[in-house]
Amino acid sequence: MTDVQNLEERFQAKIDAEQKIEPKDWMPEKYRKTLIRQISQHAHSEVVGMLPEGNWITRAPNLRRKAILLAKVQDEAGHGLYLYSACETLGVSREQTIDDLLSGKAKYSSIFNYPTLTWADIGAIGWLVDGAAIMNQVMLCRTSYGPYARAMVRICKEESFHQRQGYEIMAVLAKGTPEQKEMAQDALNRWWWPSLMMFGPTDANSPHSAESMKWKIKRQSNDELRQTFIDRTVQQAEVIGLTIPDPKLKWNEATQHYEWGEIDWTEFNNVVAGNGPCNKERLAARNKAHAEGAWVREAALAHAAKKAKKEKVAA
Amino acid sequence: MSDNPNNWPLWEIFIQSKRGLEHKHVGSLHAADAQMAIENARDVYTRRQEGQSIWVVPAGAISSSQPDDAAMLFDPADDKTYRHPTFYTMPEGAKYI
Repeated sequence: MTDVQNLEERFQAKIDAEQKIEPKDWMPEKYRKTLIRQISQHAHSEVVGMLPEGNWITRAPNLRRKAILLAKVQDEAGHGLYLYSACETLGVSREQTIDDLLSGKAKYSSIFNYPTLTWADIGAIGWLVDGAAIMNQVMLCRTSYGPYARAMVRICKEESFHQRQGYEIMAVLAKGTPEQKEMAQDALNRWWWPSLMMFGPTDANSPHSAESMKWKIKRQSNDELRQTFIDRTVQQAEVIGLTIPDPKLKWNEATQHYEWGEIDWTEFNNVVAGNGPCNKERLAARNKAHAEGAWVREAALAHAAKKAKKEKVAA
Repeated sequence: MSDNPNNWPLWEIFIQSKRGLEHKHVGSLHAADAQMAIENARDVYTRRQEGQSIWVVPAGAISSSQPDDAAMLFDPADDKTYRHPTFYTMPEGAKYI
């Protein structure tokens, strides 16, 4: 038996025994690479996710909503940091990770390439997009890589406020004037299918899934999570009197699950490939912010160096 | 890790949630100096009153044991069950012990 085989067996035995893998543990190169890809994509999604919502901070309908949205967007920045921090424990530098986002090499969740056209979109994002993200994140609290799991626990604690504030916005609009209700319905119509796409390709078309399940990076399949999300969300839509835009949606008494229509995977693939409504705008915004912040990063370092020198002289 | 001197160094963050409790590791962040690390840690790790005191430590200043050496390193504690109170047989009827 070769050494690597031996190490791989011990690694898998740890995973099978539900022991977490920590940064200094030996791990297969593919496990490390998969995690770096997944955690950094996740971090980028949190960061790019601030853009569609940031679009409405100055136009929130009242001070309460503005304070809430501001707090939510701040949380997303924090979530990005927790994840970048977890990613860095795998031996990839922060600089490299950020560069991969800015150059367009790294991906982020396609959902953030859709525009926020009305205030109701902020409600729909909290309710549906954060709702879908939570499904995935709750699962990831039990992921096999320790720093990733710990970051997820922290994120999940904060995320439920995000979903509830979004659902509240939708509920209030749905109870409002006919125009307001229509606005809420229109937002649901536009965000429903992209939200379902957030769970990724069907299990049959998900190339990395089997290995990720074996390594317990993922604990539930894309289709399982998607189904649970649908089952929960349909009921919530009924409560506030909105209609899920899927004529094929039907409760199946035998399976105790909803049957539903077909995702437009051509649209999904197009947005992933960079041809969504806002892909270029999002990357341009991130690049602009990074470039315009360069002098701040430099000045802070210069200030720190000057302070350290002064302290040395004084001592 | 990046050796680029133009990058802010990495700090490990420890938060004490309440007086009387220990400082607990919560994650890391980049900052130009210790003061900035504390301020940024406040913003990212205590937005919901999770802490009342923060320690920041340059990540490079932490040394740690190697996971592969764990068996050998912790071996001396393996066979000393007499360090636990349950090891001892108490006479029947004795109270408060």
